[in-house]
Amino acid sequence: MTYLDKASLKVVGTRPIRPDGVDKVIGRAAFGADMVLPGMLWGKVARSPHAHARIKSINIDKALAVPGVKAIVTSADLPAIPSEEAFVGEGPMNFRDLSSNCMARGKVLYDGHAVAAVAATSPAIAEEAAALIEVEYEVLPHVIDVEDAMKPDAPVLHDDLFTQGIDPKPAKASNIAKRITFTKGDFAQGWKEAEVTIERRYTTQPVHQAYIEPHACLVSVGADGQCTIFSSSQGQFMVRAYCAKLLGIDIANIRATPAEIGGGFGGKTLVYLEPVALALSKKAGKPVKIVMSREEVFRGTGPAAGGVIEVKYGAKKDGRLVAAELVVKLQAGAFPGSPVGPACMCGFAMYDIPHVNIVGYDVVSNRPKVAAYRAPGAPNSTFGTESCLDELAIELKIDPLKLREINAAKEGTKAAHGPTWANIGYTQTLDAAKAHPHMKIALGPNQGRGIASGFWFNIGGESAASVYVNEDGTATVVEGNPDVGGSRASMAMMAAEVLGIAYERVRAVVADTSSTGYCFLTGGSRVTFATGMAVTQAAEKVVVELKKRAAMIWDISPDAVDWKDGKAYPAGPNAGSFEPLSLGEIALKAGRTGGPISAEVSINAQGAGAGFATHICDVEIDRETGHVKVLRYTAVQDVGRAIHPSYVEGQIQGGVTQGIGWALNEEYVYDKHGRLDNAGFLDYRIPVASDMPMIEAVMVEVPNPRHPFGARGVGEVPIVPPMAAVANAIADAIGTRMRDLPMSPPKLRAALDLQDPPRLAAE
Amino acid sequence: MPRVSYTAPATVDEAVKALAGAAGLAKVLSGGTDLLVQLKSGRLAPELIVDMKRIPEMIGIREEGEFFVIGAATPGVMLSAHERLEHAFPGIVEGVDLIGSTQIQGRASIAGNLCNASPAADSVPPVIAARATAVIAGPNGRREVAVEAIVIGPGRTSLAKGEFVVEFKVPKPKPRQCDAYLRFIPRTEMDIAVVGCAVNVTLDAGGTCIDARVVLGAVAPTQLIVDEAAQALIGHKLDADTLAKLDLAAQRACKPITDKRGTIEYRIKIAGVLARRAAAIAFERAAARA
Ligand SMILES: Cc1cc2nc3c(=O)[nH]c(=O)nc-3n(C[C@H](O)[C@H](O)[C@H](O)COP(=O)(O)OP(=O)(O)OC[C@H]3O[C@@H](n4cnc5c(N)ncnc54)[C@H](O)[C@@H]3O)c2cc1C
Repeated sequence: MTYLDKASLKVVGTRPIRPDGVDKVIGRAAFGADMVLPGMLWGKVARSPHAHARIKSINIDKALAVPGVKAIVTSADLPAIPSEEAFVGEGPMNFRDLSSNCMARGKVLYDGHAVAAVAATSPAIAEEAAALIEVEYEVLPHVIDVEDAMKPDAPVLHDDLFTQGIDPKPAKASNIAKRITFTKGDFAQGWKEAEVTIERRYTTQPVHQAYIEPHACLVSVGADGQCTIFSSSQGQFMVRAYCAKLLGIDIANIRATPAEIGGGFGGKTLVYLEPVALALSKKAGKPVKIVMSREEVFRGTGPAAGGVIEVKYGAKKDGRLVAAELVVKLQAGAFPGSPVGPACMCGFAMYDIPHVNIVGYDVVSNRPKVAAYRAPGAPNSTFGTESCLDELAIELKIDPLKLREINAAKEGTKAAHGPTWANIGYTQTLDAAKAHPHMKIALGPNQGRGIASGFWFNIGGESAASVYVNEDGTATVVEGNPDVGGSRASMAMMAAEVLGIAYERVRAVVADTSSTGYCFLTGGSRVTFATGMAVTQAAEKVVVELKKRAAMIWDISPDAVDWKDGKAYPAGPNAGSFEPLSLGEIALKAGRTGGPISAEVSINAQGAGAGFATHICDVEIDRETGHVKVLRYTAVQDVGRAIHPSYVEGQIQGGVTQGIGWALNEEYVYDKHGRLDNAGFLDYRIPVASDMPMIEAVMVEVPNPRHPFGARGVGEVPIVPPMAAVANAIADAIGTRMRDLPMSPPKLRAALDLQDPPRLAAE
Repeated sequence: MPRVSYTAPATVDEAVKALAGAAGLAKVLSGGTDLLVQLKSGRLAPELIVDMKRIPEMIGIREEGEFFVIGAATPGVMLSAHERLEHAFPGIVEGVDLIGSTQIQGRASIAGNLCNASPAADSVPPVIAARATAVIAGPNGRREVAVEAIVIGPGRTSLAKGEFVVEFKVPKPKPRQCDAYLRFIPRTEMDIAVVGCAVNVTLDAGGTCIDARVVLGAVAPTQLIVDEAAQALIGHKLDADTLAKLDLAAQRACKPITDKRGTIEYRIKIAGVLARRAAAIAFERAAARA
């Protein structure tokens, strides 16, 4: 069934309080680091101080001799596993590489790479012992930058890595893990047809997901081999699958419980600590807890990829795009698997361009292995394509919004990366942006306005959910996706809508891996779509059952029962012949009509609706310091249907905030030895609250007909346009184009000095 | 395993004894907003911590004749809340107000800011610009030195073993004397100064500068008193030419480094910008006192 008629909805579209809210506000919610078990030990990971080095030997004798130390593990304690692509996280991953990322094998590949771990009776003892682990290294030349890593003479990270996707297969190992291409039409032909062409190069920096909660877990390996894992992640089933594979444990022997999660943004779609803690727990025979410090989070986890983006556009003078080319070179970090695929696919997805050529490179270097981050890859390529489109608009003297309208993808447009669009709302976001009062606000001196759009696929996938009717007429929803943005509330709302009862009478819980059916992780903006679909279907099955029970009580045919506003009504020939029965009344009699009433649904949800957004950003530049102040920000997005509008707005505002941080200040600072010099929030500058204007989230609702309520994923596309929107606004304000992120004050001041050379003492 | 003892004496003398008696590294604790962070990160492993906050004379602000006397461990919020101090030295209070957040200012002291000896400390330039002195207690009794004599390099002070700052003495402003402090950070708060600049000026009745001190932070191993910049102001009103000279003088004084917080070139440029902007505020405030 679908519920696309908004006017008929009673719960969906309202803004009730989330069930996890109060505990989070008062500090009672149990996050990763909050759990304790009797007899628990504390783990600490020893990490590489080198960017690239061969491990010649590891001596643990001194560390083991420290009183209170119960176990020490190195990669020798994790089974060596063969190379095998994993499909349990978000984005590309190989089980063997993940194992080596959790515990370095043979070589360390980045500053902060785990080499050993200790379990001891206190955190202080574990820390002391970790410092006493003696690792003899042979330091190797390292490479940090993506293009340096691609050079033929670059230090090679993996002897067995040969570039995929080039013909003939190369004979020499390289840091380029793969080359991918997408083509539509004939780029050379389109380029010839163009009347105006533009070619530009842009760079983005890797940035950390910067979740406030550091990685943490508490695990226990029982004497009989049964394991429990309590950890903060974006998917307990993901944790279970990775740990099973990395340690050779049967899946049935692992019970993974998701902690409340203090932010993930994609960065918690893989494991770092859990396999290590399991190995320690097995060796020590006790539960082991490990909590990362913020420094460890920066040195050892994430980040999102950064890279180089080269863009070409060919257009007719009237603004019609005829050709476009995109080359993306993305950082994968120490192991292959950057999000170069989605980066390539998202860059031009907003437009209808006849001739397109796209090439992507996945490049390893001596940095932590990249992890997913909101719309992985898309912000990188889109910073290039949407900045370049703005440059083209200036060249063509066409309003940037108008240029987007002229070329916008619509129903039936074939995207460069393959699909033919159906039910998309891109032009609607342009219309809403154009009509928004923001566009009419006059700008003052040194102020500028920028527009940028963005796309993200959104995914569906495997989800299971159960709905249980309780004796008192309340209902419980059980599902398996960690709640990163208010999804428990949305699940309960969809169930309440279908059951016809108040939201407050439905509680949604996120259960452990042994208490609910399989759910793919919380990622790809899939949960409200896919798990929401499972919840809706389970609630519908419950309604069918409720009608059956009412029919039994009345002794009529179940077909002759209607369900409305939480009550069964006799219908058809029996209409009016019985008093309606409420869900509560039916629940009370459930024992006598066949037993408890519940339903479980397991699906592989298809038809996730594409997400498009158009953002408007106003900035003001302090020409003397180069400081950029974001004055106003309006983010228009096709959200399908906002199940809980506040949490949709929250996703939009959060994504924009992170995008502004990526645009203006965030970057990793490596010293000449390849060591990270800013592993903390003091010098890794995410925005603070006072850096942000109020971000206005404008929700355009073009329902996704493949979801019962019309929902689309909303969590990722908000981070796609901001970097270009900010850059375009800066260009509008000062007439100079910033093509390298971050657009930090020193870079802006240097750019301004080129326009207007200052009097400097140095001269 | 690292162990640390803690003591909270009630008098300056007891504190001197405790510090002098420690065999290993002994650290003074005021607000702890630097010290505890360093302890936790493992950068520092003292044997003894001597907490100053229980010593009555080290907390609070008194007026003694021509001086404001500020107890060394006085938290920033008490300075901001002191109306007469705020009126006399809005620049000092600006420096204090920039330290961290409200929570941090509930602990953070000027003495800690100074003795942590970071070139970027925000409250230090305006205190130096006010020609304040520090009263130091130690095993050999008390001595009084100019505040600028205390920091000798990043993380290093001229205080001898067992010595600590008891209080600061800030001479009250003359007529038409006022100050201002500005810092530049890439964000709007919770950051470390890329450059800081305090300007303290005294004007005559006609608005001409008759005395000035310009102090830069974060552009050299210690705070810099820029005499050439003060000279650019003295004898002048704040016209375009004076501002340009001030800008150049501030730039010339800088001996910055390139690090994760800023490059040499950028810091130098910003020093000039901030000197001009801080001077403009200080002049306006001083003139308003006529
Ligand atoms: C989140 C955060 C944000 C911050 N932001 C800023 C900022 O914006 N600007 C800025 O300048 N600083 C900032 N700081 C640093 C710190 O808060 C300041 O330097 C503060 O003024 C230190 O004062 P305290 O009383 O807490 O010093 P403590 O930590 O108690 O001491 C610091 C040092 O001074 C020594 N010391 C303390 N008192 C005395 C004394 N009476 N005599 C001799 N030595 C003494 C201690 O032994 C120690 O070495 C920040 C710190 C944090 C944690």
